[in-house]
Amino acid sequence: MIRRLALLLLLSSGVAFAAPEPAALKAGVLSPVMAAPELKLQGTDGKALNLASYRGKVVLLAFGFSSCGEVCPITLATLAGARKKLGADAANVQVVYVTVDPERDDAARMKKYLAAFDATFVGGVGSRAEIDAAQKSYGISSTKKVYADGNYTIGHSSSIYIIDRAGGLRAVMPYGHTVDDFVHDLKILLRT
Amino acid sequence: MSGKRRLWIAVPLVAALAALGWAGFAPVSVPSRDELFEIPKGTYARRMAGDKVEILPSKVRLTIGLNDVLLLRNLDDVPQVFGPSIMMPGQSLSLPFEKAAEYQFACTAHASGQMTVLVEPYPAMPWSKIRWRVREWWENKSK
Repeated sequence: MIRRLALLLLLSSGVAFAAPEPAALKAGVLSPVMAAPELKLQGTDGKALNLASYRGKVVLLAFGFSSCGEVCPITLATLAGARKKLGADAANVQVVYVTVDPERDDAARMKKYLAAFDATFVGGVGSRAEIDAAQKSYGISSTKKVYADGNYTIGHSSSIYIIDRAGGLRAVMPYGHTVDDFVHDLKILLRT
Repeated sequence: MSGKRRLWIAVPLVAALAALGWAGFAPVSVPSRDELFEIPKGTYARRMAGDKVEILPSKVRLTIGLNDVLLLRNLDDVPQVFGPSIMMPGQSLSLPFEKAAEYQFACTAHASGQMTVLVEPYPAMPWSKIRWRVREWWENKSK
């Protein structure tokens, strides 16, 4: 009797401790998938920044600025790490980083900043009105905080949009995910 | 103490211990991993008209391994921003959580503009299972 009870307890504990089923993507998934809003900006590669030109690749789209001391370096290092870990598949992944600080970030400055992480990253720059339009279409907020010396920083949305190979706005990865999380999702999206 | 009186004490005690044992050791479960919230049609219009009524709770509690996917549906006529993403009208965002923590998200469907998502670890130990069941029972009763 005691053995049976012990077995029952063990079995119920085993079920209770069982690991949950993993979600398909680590990122938040948008459904139905809609076309990613097009950007009307200049790219740091000297061309017009056009998301349509990256069809066939998975695009990781994020917003930030080159003077950012907290969020952007971590995000960019994570994305660079993910590309590195993907190996040959990285050729099918394009990182696009749009400035929220057009007053300071011109194409040359953004290019230099992004190249410190990965030379393939393309930055998006433009006038204040063009940047505002890009931010609005992706729901990106940014707030300027001015210091006593006149210098300033910008608090901004920190998530990374994932655009699939067909140009659909498929998913969004909140800030704080690891290189492995990105690699996990990119491998899935590169297969489809 | 008479045998009948002993029985009156023993039966509820055994029943209570059995219930406690079940609550502490039986697996906890929920019908779905998705915790669904909907932004109703007309939310933006109501907000613009000065209506500050809260449509979504200001704090959402999720549990890893149980209800650990926040599912938001935008039934409004305009895009809504929830935390990491913009959601077009008719679109939904299914956001899974794998780490227990408190997350603060911007949310345009809230009068405060903020939403807190509290993600708690899976109740693996007997005591945490009992606590989880009691809270679930209490919250369902309060609804």
